[in-house]
Amino acid sequence: MNARLPLPAWAEIVLLPLVNIALAFITVGIIVRVIGVDPLHALELLVVGAFGSPESIGYTLYYATNFIFTGLAVSIAFHGGLFNIGGEGQAYIGGLGCGLAVLAFDRYLPIWLMIPVGIAAAALFGAAWAAVPAWLQAWRGSHIVITTIMFNFVAAALMVYLMVNVLIAPDSMTPQSRGFAPSAFMPAMGGNALNLSLALALVCCVGVWVFLWHTPWGYALRTMGHNPEAAVYAGTDLRRMTMLAMCLSGALAGLVGVNELMGVHHRIVLDFPAGYGFAGIAVSLMGRNHPFGIVLAAVLFGALQQGGAELSFDIPDITREMVVVIQGLVILFCGALVHLPRPWLQTLLALRRPS
Amino acid sequence: MEDPLALVFLTAAATLRVATPLILCAMGGLFSERSGIIDVGLEGKMLMAAFFSAAVAAVTHSAWWGVAAGIAAAEVMALLHGLACITYRGNQVVSGVALNILASGLTIVWGNAWFHRGGQTPALEGQGERLLPIFFPRAGDSILVYVALLAVPITWWVISRTRFGLRLRAVGEMPLAVDTAGISVAWLRYRAVLLCGLLAGLAGSYIAIAQNAGFTRDMTAGQGFIALAAVIFGKWRPFPAFGACLMFGLLDAVAIRLQGVRVGGIEVPVQLIQALPYLLTVFLLAGFIGRAIAPRAIGQPYEKEH
Amino acid sequence: MTAAIELEQIDKSFGSVHAVRGVSLAIEKGAITGIIGENGAGKSTLMSILYGLYHADAGTIRVDGQPVRMESPHHAIAHGIGMVHQHFMLIDSFTVLENVVLGAEGGPLLARGTSAAQAELERLERDYGLSVDPDALVAELSVGEQQRVEILKVLFRGARILILDEPSAVLTPQETDQLFRILATLKARGVTIVLITHKLREIMAATDRVYVMRQGEMVAERATAETNPEELAELMVGRKVRLQLDKAPPHPGEVRLGAERLGLVDRRGVRLLDDINLDLRAGEIVGIAGVSGNGQTELLQVLSGIRPPSTGTLTVCGRRVDASHPGDPAEMRDLGVAHVPEDRLRQGMVAAFRASETAILGYHEQSQFSRNFLLRQPAVGAYCARLMERFDVRPRVPGLRSSSFSGGNQQKLVLAREMVQEPKVLLVGQPTRGVDIGAIEFIHRELVRSRDVGCAVLVVSVELDEILSLADRILVMFAGRIVGEVAAGADERTLGLMMAGAKTSPASPFRPKTESGSSGRKRKRGKRARKEKRRGGKR
Repeated sequence: MNARLPLPAWAEIVLLPLVNIALAFITVGIIVRVIGVDPLHALELLVVGAFGSPESIGYTLYYATNFIFTGLAVSIAFHGGLFNIGGEGQAYIGGLGCGLAVLAFDRYLPIWLMIPVGIAAAALFGAAWAAVPAWLQAWRGSHIVITTIMFNFVAAALMVYLMVNVLIAPDSMTPQSRGFAPSAFMPAMGGNALNLSLALALVCCVGVWVFLWHTPWGYALRTMGHNPEAAVYAGTDLRRMTMLAMCLSGALAGLVGVNELMGVHHRIVLDFPAGYGFAGIAVSLMGRNHPFGIVLAAVLFGALQQGGAELSFDIPDITREMVVVIQGLVILFCGALVHLPRPWLQTLLALRRPS
Repeated sequence: MEDPLALVFLTAAATLRVATPLILCAMGGLFSERSGIIDVGLEGKMLMAAFFSAAVAAVTHSAWWGVAAGIAAAEVMALLHGLACITYRGNQVVSGVALNILASGLTIVWGNAWFHRGGQTPALEGQGERLLPIFFPRAGDSILVYVALLAVPITWWVISRTRFGLRLRAVGEMPLAVDTAGISVAWLRYRAVLLCGLLAGLAGSYIAIAQNAGFTRDMTAGQGFIALAAVIFGKWRPFPAFGACLMFGLLDAVAIRLQGVRVGGIEVPVQLIQALPYLLTVFLLAGFIGRAIAPRAIGQPYEKEH
Repeated sequence: MTAAIELEQIDKSFGSVHAVRGVSLAIEKGAITGIIGENGAGKSTLMSILYGLYHADAGTIRVDGQPVRMESPHHAIAHGIGMVHQHFMLIDSFTVLENVVLGAEGGPLLARGTSAAQAELERLERDYGLSVDPDALVAELSVGEQQRVEILKVLFRGARILILDEPSAVLTPQETDQLFRILATLKARGVTIVLITHKLREIMAATDRVYVMRQGEMVAERATAETNPEELAELMVGRKVRLQLDKAPPHPGEVRLGAERLGLVDRRGVRLLDDINLDLRAGEIVGIAGVSGNGQTELLQVLSGIRPPSTGTLTVCGRRVDASHPGDPAEMRDLGVAHVPEDRLRQGMVAAFRASETAILGYHEQSQFSRNFLLRQPAVGAYCARLMERFDVRPRVPGLRSSSFSGGNQQKLVLAREMVQEPKVLLVGQPTRGVDIGAIEFIHRELVRSRDVGCAVLVVSVELDEILSLADRILVMFAGRIVGEVAAGADERTLGLMMAGAKTSPASPFRPKTESGSSGRKRKRGKRARKEKRRGGKR
């Protein structure tokens, strides 16, 4: 590999990610072609499916809400140098917390109290689920990547146990809790799945931005992420900062439970994290770990989810899993193969000296 | 009341049946991790191998072509991982996660496009299309089980008694030392990654062709992660990792039997037993059961200062 | 003279940095050739090109008269060239034998190759006087022994040309003498040696011929017998070297920082600091001299609060710090202790941050920078601009990434940050490492000025010249202890001996250490201990 000179700032922040995404989509196009479908036709159906009607836009944004939460979660941990792959588990347990609060209080509290309590419970439980791996990393040196992956599985097992044995509604055949009272219904925006959680997600975006770049703790967090020794030198307690970063991260992931349970299902169900936690990694990477980019990336992923669902209705040969394939390719190109286009871009921008 | 001897035998057989893919995967993961490349993508490699082996076996009516296809599919995934981590110095965890997600989607998409059964492959029948048990029909000891058992001492021998093994260990501890000795870091790591693909491919093929009779969606069900847990639990050494695989296999094999059993007045939930491999690994990593020290250079892409 | 190696018009650039500019030199067979120059002169780069680690942009390399292309260290080794790097390429968890054999195993199966290697290794050790236990784990060897392993590695591969890159950088003077005795033996056996160093006394003592490099160019070539240190120093630096800084005599005041029986023990029980007693007064500069690795780093860590002491007490501006009442860097800052760390890139700044963000590192919670939970960006920017103005940091752009500044400007920024706080105590580690000559003088003058306004300054440096020119009092550290104290103006010879632990000052209560060649690292001795370690540590 030739000496890697950094590209000019605009190319690093805008051009390189765009090229990565383009490569991902070209690959998808190839796969689609191999299956025997015209890629451009599929693309058209996808775009129409995502944005073609107010209803579909509503769904796109509803999906995007979840991606914003998990994207923010991954990014805030990333700024602290921590890789939080436990978004799935944290979202799950966050939903549990929200659901428990609702089941306990929904008959006694008015909506303007129940909703904030539910949100707080989701954030608290999500933070708690992230706190354990965080504590293990900070105080025992256990690699956070491994522990968070393990905790995803533990969360799934725990939820299955609870849903089947404890929380199941009395007359239900499927593992789900009793329905929530209307005081726990997140106000809808537009008539179907989209609800006020979107507003919550955007508020969180602003909050994360302010926290990271405009507060001393965010400054200390970023210092730790770039250079832990400098953070120690600067007087930061690395262990407490790790806990803070991961708890904030887990809290954000937990808010997926608000969107799903208080916003749409109106009861506790299984499997609602549905890959949002992992996709959050892609959203964060694509958004360059910045809240603004994350919103854009989240909308893209939401569009893929919604458009992909429509696409699989229209063309039976392309199943819903195509969306999963696209997500995987985006993570691959924007996360793992991110440096792939560099030599081409360098030649293009005539930065390399002739060897 | 079941004959206790038969019970032990059946449990042992069930353990081995469940542990076989874990063992193969763990040995593969060992090669990769000892060379310094984190591999959370064992799951994805196994899944791809399972799908392709079942698909090709169904089409060619030959189990062996299936196995070959399974290995090939896993190797392609391994090469992608290697490309991302070694040549392009990307984030190794991200690459593994990406490949897992890709595999889980692609297997269904292709499966549906090929066979139109919602992601499943046609059921495999008979000796030709499946790898059936050899000595003990009730024990399910297909040839791949013996391959898995052999893989452990072979892995140990390669890592500790060959030149390749010495260099592999070196490159996982300090790639700079290997580079200045005039050995190619990238080629070493690629070989490690390809070995990992080979073994993961065998594991996936086993699941689809020997343990079951075809591919169903997400059939690996997290076993790739349990194999990774076994590698860590075994402190990155072949025989302890093998032991961990057996232990995790045993847990899985008796999980159903333990359902309904009471311990101290509390019914043991099957989900707890299912979660035990993960919990145990976390306990180990927390240092509550000894310490696990990873290869020093693991997870860091190697960059020459050219 | 027969030239073992000839380099003609070698040129190499890294991006905009022109590291080697058209350098030509000839290395005589069977002699010891020295290449001298300051940090950044291009000597290491040149030798790395010869060893195949880098590829030259232009120029030819000849070995024994034949032009060769050095594609990789593999080629260099094949031509009989071996390199002993400044930072050892040894794998801590491997044994000496495994390290030596790596890359030259003698076959795909280890068993046969290693027994042959063992025999060869023993032969080399006898012939060249390099004694190391082949079964010892590298992690347990002293620095000097580790270096011997590096030399063995190279000889094992049949090297007849040996390149040593700053070999004495981490050795005590005692170990350095041992090294040069080994080199003399090697020379007697016909090995060609190239010595890269920035230490004049080594060139004069060990080499036959010396090349001087400065800023990428070869500026002079001399036969060692026909030159002297002053001439070489002048050629190295390019002008008359001013060894003494003009400074007024000190007026020491109250004790700001006092250490009493300070000790530090790490997790493995190794004693990093042992019975440290020192007083730092306002208005004086105390210099800590010593070869790197003798506890100076740990001392700075304890004094600045990064690490708590294991035993003893530290009193800083009235606050007592000991093992049960540990301080921390934030608290130390509040007490008025400022710290310029030894490794600015690793500790003192964040390369990816803008200069304005680096300017508040450690002080980001002060009320002038953050109020009501928010950082006040305009105040931070203005503050950084003031710092840059006062300390002449260029370019004067607070929004520029810290990594874009040169080493000297980075150091000035870090110093500015710490000094502008008007600290009561200023701890400085390696103040001019990687800094160009112009900035060095500026930094030294600022340190003296700080002293003159009443700050208590502690300077830790491995550059004896710097200590001699800055310090009012000099303390020498060896093996984690302070082995002596001398006034300014002491001669280098005395200091050098103290740094090796062979001599203590008359007033010191410490007894001189016997020659051990170690730098205080604990090692497991004895065959049984080694066998135990081996069994436990294998694989």
